[in-house]
Amino acid sequence: MSLDNTEVKRIAHLARLAIDEEVIPQYAHNLTNIIELVDEMSVVDTDNVVPMAHPLDVMQRLREDKATEPNQREQFQKVASAVENGLYLVPKVIE
Amino acid sequence: MYQKTIAELAKGLQAKEFSSVELTQGYLDRIKRLDPTLNSYITVVEDGAIAQAKAADARIANGDAVPMTGIPLAQKDIFCTNGVRTSCGSKMLDNFIAPYDATVIDRFNQAGTVMLGKTNMDEFAMGSSNETSFYGPVKNPWDTRAVPGGSSGGSAACVAARLAAGATGTDTGGSIRQPAALCGITGIKPTYGRVSRYGMIAFASSLDQAGTMTQTAEDSAMMLNVMAGFDERDSTSLDKPVPDYTAKLNDDLKGLKIGLPKEYFAEGLDSDVAKTVEAAIEEYKKLGAEIVDISLPNSSLSVPAYYVVAPAECSSNLSRFDGVRFGYRCEGPKDLEDLYKRSRGEGFGPEVKRRIMVGAYALSAGYYDAYYLKAQKIRRLISDDFKHAFTKVDVIMAPTTPTVAFHIGEKVDDPITMYLSDINTIAVNLAGLPGMSIPAGFSHGLPVGLQIIGNYFEESRLLNVAHQYQQVTDWHTQMPASFK
Repeated sequence: MSLDNTEVKRIAHLARLAIDEEVIPQYAHNLTNIIELVDEMSVVDTDNVVPMAHPLDVMQRLREDKATEPNQREQFQKVASAVENGLYLVPKVIE
Repeated sequence: MYQKTIAELAKGLQAKEFSSVELTQGYLDRIKRLDPTLNSYITVVEDGAIAQAKAADARIANGDAVPMTGIPLAQKDIFCTNGVRTSCGSKMLDNFIAPYDATVIDRFNQAGTVMLGKTNMDEFAMGSSNETSFYGPVKNPWDTRAVPGGSSGGSAACVAARLAAGATGTDTGGSIRQPAALCGITGIKPTYGRVSRYGMIAFASSLDQAGTMTQTAEDSAMMLNVMAGFDERDSTSLDKPVPDYTAKLNDDLKGLKIGLPKEYFAEGLDSDVAKTVEAAIEEYKKLGAEIVDISLPNSSLSVPAYYVVAPAECSSNLSRFDGVRFGYRCEGPKDLEDLYKRSRGEGFGPEVKRRIMVGAYALSAGYYDAYYLKAQKIRRLISDDFKHAFTKVDVIMAPTTPTVAFHIGEKVDDPITMYLSDINTIAVNLAGLPGMSIPAGFSHGLPVGLQIIGNYFEESRLLNVAHQYQQVTDWHTQMPASFK
């Protein structure tokens, strides 16, 4: 499977990554090589194999549904670029 | 003093032969003098280290110290450290002062160790040479033209050059074992779930595991005693009792069954590396071990499966970096989508962007079965290979890497060649097993690592097997002459 420039742009959009136009062909080349590498998996018959999500087949732990973390909003918002009145600021979304 | 192991330093501290402040100052002086050549630290926390050392000395004086109290360590810059920049080797987090401690850091703080600084690494732990770091490549102390390996390259180089008594690392596809091998030190990646991932910046959550990088197996056992254990804040942490990892170090190896997988001694293995590893195996025979030829038939599928699982999980994990809540934010975004796209496009380096895109592609509509699901099935096959092998042998040994350290710049433009440098370490992560690398000699003047793989939760046995070898060899005591 080879990826062309259009496909790379589509994936970059899905991943919300701005990629400079001039390096798109380079990404197409490298991503194609990587996909070719992983395509080596396709020769193996895995029809009756159970997929492995966890090395020890452990199930996700459950806990009681109650708040355990204290509110540390101020502390956590100190590392944000733009905050006002406890809210994160982003460019206007609704006109 | 800097040549001493953690075990030796701990004895000296307890006997008050020297103080933690003296020891810490000694390492800080060495870092100042020698690290400009190596670039193994991203951040050195001089004042914090001295303050911690003073507190440790007080604890020792009061008689409430534990074995690791006062030991100066380096922490990989992937662990969140409250009030100290945690960059993960990325421009994205260059301005990120972590607002809390990772569980691993918290446990070291409880034990009263000293944090000298945060070590350099491949960006978001994605790399095998430390060349993808935003802070520039780390040099291998054995030959500064060579890479130290990655992603825990800074931790490996600083321990090899004795710029810290020990260091933490993380291993998603070999990131502890491969740099440990290339820098001539000891490293262990424990069983998946043994050490908490809380506050350890996530790359591939089903593979990531923290471990140790030290001069000796005994030192790794001491560090792991602090790090290992259940943590309710990590949903995949395993609630299993933690043994004292130093307890079985001195057990003899008579009758130990060592499996040698033929797939790891095949084409692509440097003949000189092969000879060095074979000599190490001979040493084990002298210690009473029995050698068994085994096969791990699906080994060749580990790299392809890994490069689906790891990128897929990374594309999901790294979606949190959006330029809004923390980390890099682009200048003058024209709308919200532009804010996301440019913050991410400018904040991430090329290798991270490649992996996010591979993952986004593999998870995109219509491809899930062909890639992620297929890779999870291959994981099962690889894991079953190991399960089968461990019915016949106690441990598996192989070269950690097929070659010694390569030159800086040699593979950086060719992702596939770079990916293949982890060919011997990746299967262990896919299976979730514990694995180690220990120094086993030199080839072309550069260190060679012997990999030891164990069954689930057999860290004690791995450390025992490594320690016994280190009682009869001195590879682990050798250090690069120019850093003395």
